[in-house]
Amino acid sequence: MPIILVQKLVKRFGYKMVLKGMEFTAEPGEFVGLLGPNGAGKTTFLRILASLSRPTMGLVRLAGYQLPQQAAGVRANLGVLSHQPLLYGDLTGEENLQFFGRMYAVDGLEARIGEVLELVDLSRRGQDLVRTYSRGMAQRLAIARAVIHDPGILLLDEPYTGLDQDASVMLDTVLKQIAAQGRTVVMTSHDLVRTADLCSRFDVLSRGKIIASASREEIPQDGLLAFYRTAISAPAEPLREAVHA
Amino acid sequence: MLEQVEQTRIKVQTSFWKAMWAVVWKDLAAERRSREMLSAMLTFSLLVVIIFNFSLDLNPSIQREVTGGLLWVTFTFAGTLGLNRSMAIEKDRGCLDGLLLAPVDRSAVYFGKVIGNLIFMFVVEVIVLPIFSIFYNVNLFNWGLLAVIFLGSIGYVVVGTLFSTMTVQTRSRDMLLPIITFPVVFPLIVAAARATTFILQGQPMDLIWPSINLMIAFDAIYAAGAYLLFDFVVEE
Repeated sequence: MPIILVQKLVKRFGYKMVLKGMEFTAEPGEFVGLLGPNGAGKTTFLRILASLSRPTMGLVRLAGYQLPQQAAGVRANLGVLSHQPLLYGDLTGEENLQFFGRMYAVDGLEARIGEVLELVDLSRRGQDLVRTYSRGMAQRLAIARAVIHDPGILLLDEPYTGLDQDASVMLDTVLKQIAAQGRTVVMTSHDLVRTADLCSRFDVLSRGKIIASASREEIPQDGLLAFYRTAISAPAEPLREAVHA
Repeated sequence: MLEQVEQTRIKVQTSFWKAMWAVVWKDLAAERRSREMLSAMLTFSLLVVIIFNFSLDLNPSIQREVTGGLLWVTFTFAGTLGLNRSMAIEKDRGCLDGLLLAPVDRSAVYFGKVIGNLIFMFVVEVIVLPIFSIFYNVNLFNWGLLAVIFLGSIGYVVVGTLFSTMTVQTRSRDMLLPIITFPVVFPLIVAAARATTFILQGQPMDLIWPSINLMIAFDAIYAAGAYLLFDFVVEE
């Protein structure tokens, strides 16, 4: 059974339909790259998965819990990293983790804070106020926040936005470590090079639906850009055949 | 396959009380560092007290009649500043989303914010009351009056916190909060100002109880309403 199951998902904002009967699944341990042009509905989709937005229609199940009825169960198994760090500038790195750890009722919190700070290489800056962190450091601390409760599923919404080259490389390393721990990850990004490097599957979201999907093995080396361009410029159904051809 | 899914159900919902106190602790810790909210509320309150004192130049008998109103104008306007700031902190860097992602009953987040805001409001009131007493030459240290201030502040913060959660999502949040809050808290503020004036005039309790009862009912109804509505207010 997939750990994320989405069927006939519709999301409407007033008269505007953003997601139009979207279907999506992710198996345990999969690292899915969700690609698509601006305004395709990627962030809306992730916000629905994160229970921050209510689906208008359709079935959404994560880790066996259905949204929106069992939202607390979903949230307990979910970590979210977005381009905003979701951290308090007037608290230190450790205090931020302490707060979010308490919100998730993490057992052995002090030890866990030490572990995640080490994971993101911020052990020496844990006592500093977050507002003194660089953008890259704040994003690394945001990863620590997202995994403080050891979630089985991670949602990453444009995690590379605003990061310089060094910070992006550091983030790559941390994300690879996290993925190697067997978590299911869904990531949206416009950075195709990084997406190609990290993900085991690529889905293209456009016009409110997944219009193409392929595993890493199905796409030739350096072929992600061609796959993506073909996907967003072609009708959904014959695309898979076109890519393989 | 089902076992695989069951294995992922590793966490349970965090207790309401633990989550609520975590939010209170976070608000106090952040304010201890920045002191932005308290300093803004205090400065504003003191300015209002001083401006009214020098501009009105009232004789003692009229002063007793208007002190209740002035006191509540000071508290509610200062409270609006605090409520706006308290929610703006949550909106900056997307922290509100971070709070809403926790596996807790979302009303725990709401009541945590209410308690934090109430603490800040009480701190301002404790500092402003003696200054008010000196400037207006009235004794405000009366148990009945303190009870009225306590009930009025609860009602104001209960409504204001809910509405600030709504307005913080908008571009004109600073303007919008008082515009939508004051019509709703109007009966509460009128009751609080009237009870305050009656207490300062030494009127019998028969005249004061209706206002106190109204405040208790207001607090209970709006706290229950906010408990039920908060989840819908924060969700898209």
